[in-house]
Amino acid sequence: MSDFESTLQKIADAVIGQAKPGEQLEAYVSRDSETDIRVYEGQIEHFVSAQSEGIGIRVIRDGRTGFAYAGTLDQQAIADVLAEARDNVEFGTPDEWAGLAEPDGVDVVRQELWSDVLAEYTTDRKIELTKELERLALAADARVRIDDANYSDVAAENAVATTSGIRRSGRENGCYVSVSTLADDGDETQTGFGFSVGRSPDEFDLSKAAKEAADRATRLLGATKPSSRRLTVVLDPYVTAQFLGIISSTLNGEAVIKGRSLFKDRMGESVASPLFTLVDDPTNPLAYTATELDGEGLAARRNVLVDGGVLRGFAHNSYSARRAHTVSTGNAVRGGFKGTPGVGCLALQVQPGARSQAELVADVSDGVLVQQVSGLHSGVNPISGDFSTGASGLMISNGQIGAPVREFTIASTLQRMLLDLVEVGGDIDWLPMRAAGVSLVIGDMTMSGA
Amino acid sequence: MFTLGPAAALGEPGELRATIGMLPRMIDQDVLTKVLGAAVTGGADFAEVFVEDKRSTSAGLDDGRIEQVTSGRDRGAGIRVVKGDTTGFAHTADLSEAGLFAAASSAAAAASQGGGGVREVALTRRAGTNVNTVERPPDEVPKAVKVEMLRRIDEAARSAGASIVQVSAGYGDSRRRILVANTDGVLAEDEQVRCLVRVSVVATGDAGMQTGFQSAGQTVGFEMFDTVDVEELARDAARMAITKLSARPAPSGAVPVVIKRGSGGVLFHEACGHGLEADLVAKGASVYRGKAGELVASPLVTLVDDGTMSTEWGAIGIDDEGHPSQYNVLIQDGVLTDYMWDYLRAHKENRAQSGNGRRQSYMHLPMVRMTNTYVLNGTEEPDDIVRATDHGVYVAKLGGGSVNTATGDFVFGMTEAYLIENGEITEPLREGNLIGNGPQVLRDIDLLGNDFAMGNPGTCGKDGQGVPVGDGQPTLRVKSMTIGGTAA
Repeated sequence: MSDFESTLQKIADAVIGQAKPGEQLEAYVSRDSETDIRVYEGQIEHFVSAQSEGIGIRVIRDGRTGFAYAGTLDQQAIADVLAEARDNVEFGTPDEWAGLAEPDGVDVVRQELWSDVLAEYTTDRKIELTKELERLALAADARVRIDDANYSDVAAENAVATTSGIRRSGRENGCYVSVSTLADDGDETQTGFGFSVGRSPDEFDLSKAAKEAADRATRLLGATKPSSRRLTVVLDPYVTAQFLGIISSTLNGEAVIKGRSLFKDRMGESVASPLFTLVDDPTNPLAYTATELDGEGLAARRNVLVDGGVLRGFAHNSYSARRAHTVSTGNAVRGGFKGTPGVGCLALQVQPGARSQAELVADVSDGVLVQQVSGLHSGVNPISGDFSTGASGLMISNGQIGAPVREFTIASTLQRMLLDLVEVGGDIDWLPMRAAGVSLVIGDMTMSGA
Repeated sequence: MFTLGPAAALGEPGELRATIGMLPRMIDQDVLTKVLGAAVTGGADFAEVFVEDKRSTSAGLDDGRIEQVTSGRDRGAGIRVVKGDTTGFAHTADLSEAGLFAAASSAAAAASQGGGGVREVALTRRAGTNVNTVERPPDEVPKAVKVEMLRRIDEAARSAGASIVQVSAGYGDSRRRILVANTDGVLAEDEQVRCLVRVSVVATGDAGMQTGFQSAGQTVGFEMFDTVDVEELARDAARMAITKLSARPAPSGAVPVVIKRGSGGVLFHEACGHGLEADLVAKGASVYRGKAGELVASPLVTLVDDGTMSTEWGAIGIDDEGHPSQYNVLIQDGVLTDYMWDYLRAHKENRAQSGNGRRQSYMHLPMVRMTNTYVLNGTEEPDDIVRATDHGVYVAKLGGGSVNTATGDFVFGMTEAYLIENGEITEPLREGNLIGNGPQVLRDIDLLGNDFAMGNPGTCGKDGQGVPVGDGQPTLRVKSMTIGGTAA
């Protein structure tokens, strides 16, 4: 990343050069360009070619923080943004912990984040492979129709500069294809999706994406609503990854210092099955979200959060770390130039076990393999830990996969689910999410259906 | 290949971008005419320029501190070119003539490789439906007043009980000016002003922590707070958190569910609203495909999507394709009357647009979206509906939800719910999801109240885009729904 010296860095540098005495400044500048292609029935349905850019400026004075942004890098607009941010400082409450990140001497672990192959990939080839994906998904099963096939790529540059001495810029690109499917059987319709991601299109596996999309849609045909009961639940890697996202919000240092984490007083205690080791490691190049820097410009690093079931760490940015009397774990996250850095995990991973999903299933006498969940945003409360989510999947009886089921919920609490973990699979899957997937067996959950 | 280069987006400082710092004049009509003409030079069927200038202010209070006041400015144009079945789209933050031409040629190139003739475009100004009078533009209200309001919320919530341990509150306003011009001759402008306040509370007790949430938002100026009592919102959020401290696990399995007025519009948004969006219907990705004229719901149900519902969160003067907002009846006495339409679907199927073409910002393509979606009043007294229910669940507040439009399966979270025993509301329940199938639930509505109310402001997500929407309904009963709790 540091090899790449962008024009954006000059813009950020120029802003912090205007700092007044007693004023801390941070300028974050970014520019993205993206291509989105959607194909339907062999035709391009839409082609989006877009570039956006902007700047966010944070001002801290006497412990008060102000922020402003604009979706342009026009010089006059940048001056307006700085003036607005300074004006906004007046209204903040003085906070002794307020401040910018400071260089901490942790070395960056270099990652391959830029692909010249993608940067030079022609539009015609992008269109062709999107059409190819649609054809493959359609051919995978006679019952399958296509909702749409998509190609997306993005190239992003950003730069950050602070009066506390941080000065970093970098660039990154990536791409993915996805296909949404429908499968019909009489009056019944089910849906599926498949995707493939890569630093360049050369890394795509179109056949696998097409097959998954067809399988997901067809495997639920004929699914029924199961009866309510308690049983063993096997989570598919894709579902586990979504749950890890929620579990990580309980390990967020900001939630901890503000009293919103159910694990806030549990450091050093056993909070999960001894089989559960959770690591946030954006330095692992296999992780889709592997990165060199966090949202404040500090080196991204490996942090062990739960080790053998014992709570060992929380994720911190520089603000939450100061309040917790510790140091940043390099977990500042920011959603572009429109916001200030929050706290979040960057690349979560459960330490995998040894056995395949099929082997895990073979040990289950009465259970369900959950392949898809819905309503995670509405039915999970990470503060109380209560959760119930819509689900679909396959029943398991005496170690055998059985009939498909849908329109039911699985429920427990996050606390109990971690303790009820029976086994972690060996089938780690590096999904395009902030968490890697792996099969998990949960000994006891409530299924609610008919 | 079709990206806008840095030069087009950056330009020379000061060049033709004189609108910054003053109230924008948006763009001259003759520039729009020329840009549209250029966009269809390649033989395209349709071109559209969408210009947006949005200023926003937000303030956040958490842990007793005003953490930050944020000011934002988003301004740019999205240009759409349609040729045959293909839509090309490009956007730019550079509203100079040169910037618009560059975006137009990108969009045109994206839609087409071929050549064609030049088209003349004559623009006719068109009025929107709502001309909302904003009495107090929020950008003219001192930031200190907004911040003070958050302090009052914090104080009101914290004084609601000793068990309240944390409060966060947020205020936001936006002033969004849009202009739409297209090769059909449409030229329309709108100004959409919105104010929003929200409060989240954490209470702690013997059995751990529980949360409460309230919000209010309207498409009006700061005068909204003459009628919305923010301290009452805060007390209500605190009450919800405290009540849930003694909540018992929700039951599991199918039970009758009574949904309080103004809290269950999301049910209709998910159970059928999305499925009535013409773009999803056209691809056969809706269970309501081919059902126009058929009975799809209990005859008690009349469902409306109404962008003209002045001051509500989903109110608009024009949609983001320049079409005036409308009052559209989707289901009349249980019979599906019509779907919702945007420009593309309406033109493909020879139908009229319905004012439902919306987009998150100038960086996004429009698609079919809801506005304010609600169920009209029935005749029952709400108390009678509870009394008529021997055993069931009373939902006083729903959280978010999601739906698979192809299967009709949906879920939504209940954030405040109680048991109904022997016709009376009794113990509070812990959070969980309700799950159901849209067409089945619509048929299973067997009692409908006479106490209609709109609900909380919402953001509807579709294909990665969020737009503001409203929903509402009178108290009603669904005779059977599956509750996703843990109790037997």
